[in-house]
Amino acid sequence: MSDVKKFLYVNRKAPHGTIYALESLEVVLIGAAFEQDVALAFLDDGVFQLVKGWDTSELGAKNFQPAYTALGDYDVQKVYVERESLEERGLSEDDLIEMTYEDEDDDFAEKSSIRIVSREEMAKIMADADVILSF
Amino acid sequence: MSAGYYEVNGKQVPHDEEGYITNLSDWSKELAEVIAKQENIDMTDEHWEVVNFLREYYDEYQIAPAIRVLVKAMKKKFGPEKGNNKYLYELFPYGPAKQACKIAGLPKPTGCV
Amino acid sequence: MALLHTVNKSPYERNTLESCLNHVQEGDTVLLIEDGVYAVIKGGRAADVLASVKGVKIAALSADLKARGITADKMIDGVEVVDYGGFVDLVTSNDKVQAWL
Repeated sequence: MSDVKKFLYVNRKAPHGTIYALESLEVVLIGAAFEQDVALAFLDDGVFQLVKGWDTSELGAKNFQPAYTALGDYDVQKVYVERESLEERGLSEDDLIEMTYEDEDDDFAEKSSIRIVSREEMAKIMADADVILSF
Repeated sequence: MSAGYYEVNGKQVPHDEEGYITNLSDWSKELAEVIAKQENIDMTDEHWEVVNFLREYYDEYQIAPAIRVLVKAMKKKFGPEKGNNKYLYELFPYGPAKQACKIAGLPKPTGCV
Repeated sequence: MALLHTVNKSPYERNTLESCLNHVQEGDTVLLIEDGVYAVIKGGRAADVLASVKGVKIAALSADLKARGITADKMIDGVEVVDYGGFVDLVTSNDKVQAWL
């Protein structure tokens, strides 16, 4: 299919301080209906969106973290997380939530969507996308 | 429809201009029957199966699934005879995601067209 | 004249915390709120800077820590965790509040 474009959603903001993270998530969920090739990128403070263990009860806000784990159902299979951004913030892959998808070409085996990439690789991923949506 | 209230056991439950309840915690089985009646739906076991499934999905992921995702998830749990568009549209003619979510007391599915 | 400084921006996105720490005086308190609480994560660059500050009380708001999954084991030592009531106490026990935005 020649009309399938590579969409890259770039997330650079922490989850609660601004509305960007939630807005990005909603756009990804809506965009999934159009059956394009979707990838998510998390860099800078965006990596905080994937840090597990949110408890927003005291904040009086909805905890939208579980929705990230539903993205596999929405055919989001590529989630790129920048290693340097994690390290600068004292984080590693172990601090992140699990995100999975079912691989239709491999008997629906459940596989991790998260791919830790270097800053250099992230630059290439951006260069490679047809459309970039930044949040 | 404009914003207003559903009457359940003498209690008023607020809803928005599309009929979705405003406070998700207001939901009850009795309320589901009231909303279904307004949507001209007689709730059968099959309807309840979908409604309960949606509530479980929301409980886990905090989002109401898009129709495509609902079909896929239903197929996985109940098999292809229930996990398909035709079956779901027969139960909820005005759109399974929209109508069933409304009855299930969930927000309108994100990206629901 | 003790001052309460609040910092609500992530130290990795803005230099708000850095600017605040360049202006604190002995006896002051720095309260991290909203995205400001990310500074306390052990191993992060901002945490190293925070730990090097002497004579200043560092506090962080529990609701904002919890919402971001920052549990006690992930935090550097020496940070006092306060709830909303504790926030109010800090406001009243200091002479002024400087909000670093």
